[in-house]
Amino acid sequence: MDGGAILARLVERFREAVLERHDFRGDHTAVTARGTILDALAFCRDDPALAFDMLVDVTAVDCLVLPGREDGPRFEIVYHLYSTEHNHRLRLKVRVEEEDARVPTATGLWPIANWLEREVWDMFGVRFEGHPDLRRLLLYEEFIGHPLRKDYPIERRQPLIGPKV
Amino acid sequence: MGVGAFFTGKLDEAIGWARKYSIFQYPFVTACCGMEYMATACSHYDVDRFGAGLPRFSPRQADVLFVVGTISHKMAPVLKRIYDQMCEPKWVVAFGVCTCTGGFYNNYATVQGIDTIIPVDVYIPGCPPRPESVIDGLMKLQDKIAAGAQRF
Repeated sequence: MDGGAILARLVERFREAVLERHDFRGDHTAVTARGTILDALAFCRDDPALAFDMLVDVTAVDCLVLPGREDGPRFEIVYHLYSTEHNHRLRLKVRVEEEDARVPTATGLWPIANWLEREVWDMFGVRFEGHPDLRRLLLYEEFIGHPLRKDYPIERRQPLIGPKV
Repeated sequence: MGVGAFFTGKLDEAIGWARKYSIFQYPFVTACCGMEYMATACSHYDVDRFGAGLPRFSPRQADVLFVVGTISHKMAPVLKRIYDQMCEPKWVVAFGVCTCTGGFYNNYATVQGIDTIIPVDVYIPGCPPRPESVIDGLMKLQDKIAAGAQRF
């Protein structure tokens, strides 16, 4: 299915809950409201015309110092979907404020979301509500803060042993 | 020099000579330097002629700890523990710039040189070091083993 048609189908189903859509050199992106993201993901997976059976990646963007986006919602959670049946792709995004950095978990839809969301929690400190085991994935439990946030000091070191340089 | 000191000196030399040709390494391989380590360990470069051809995959049976690749802060306690498990006499080789100084990984995750955690005898810089550099480092380690006072 053509990317434009995928976006049209999403808009047809979710109407104004699809806040934005982009088409940049064949990459198609839809931004949805937080309350809709889980329904949108489920629709993408289950609709026979879309059939996005594979969650390729969940990641996030910290827009704290992103030119032109400093004043908007701080975090952007990004879902990359792929359909092995139709060989097409889609990117879904949801924006959240720093004080309320929560999104519903997608572990019920794709089991792989478990680890991908743990990584986003580890690196960006975005909580996934309903996640069965939201622990750090890569860093150690003693680590304080979330290193991929743009306000994490670049020189800060938190060694388990050895000097605190 | 008394006769006793003469024999002790000769015994030290003999033990040093034996030890420098029986280097049983423990390769602590964590990253891409491991490929170059494998290249060095293969027949083309023949480290067997230095008596270093048999890596032991247990720290309790090894003399030399080869730390090959980036060490993260999460891995650091494991490295320290491996070092503590080795029997004396023991030596440590820092293989590649990441183990020497942290290399270009100056970030929240990476140990800035393993000498902040354990003592290091020989540093082999390079990203990764060529087998020739590794052999050079190995020969420097041999000299160090042979020249040092032998405890037994």
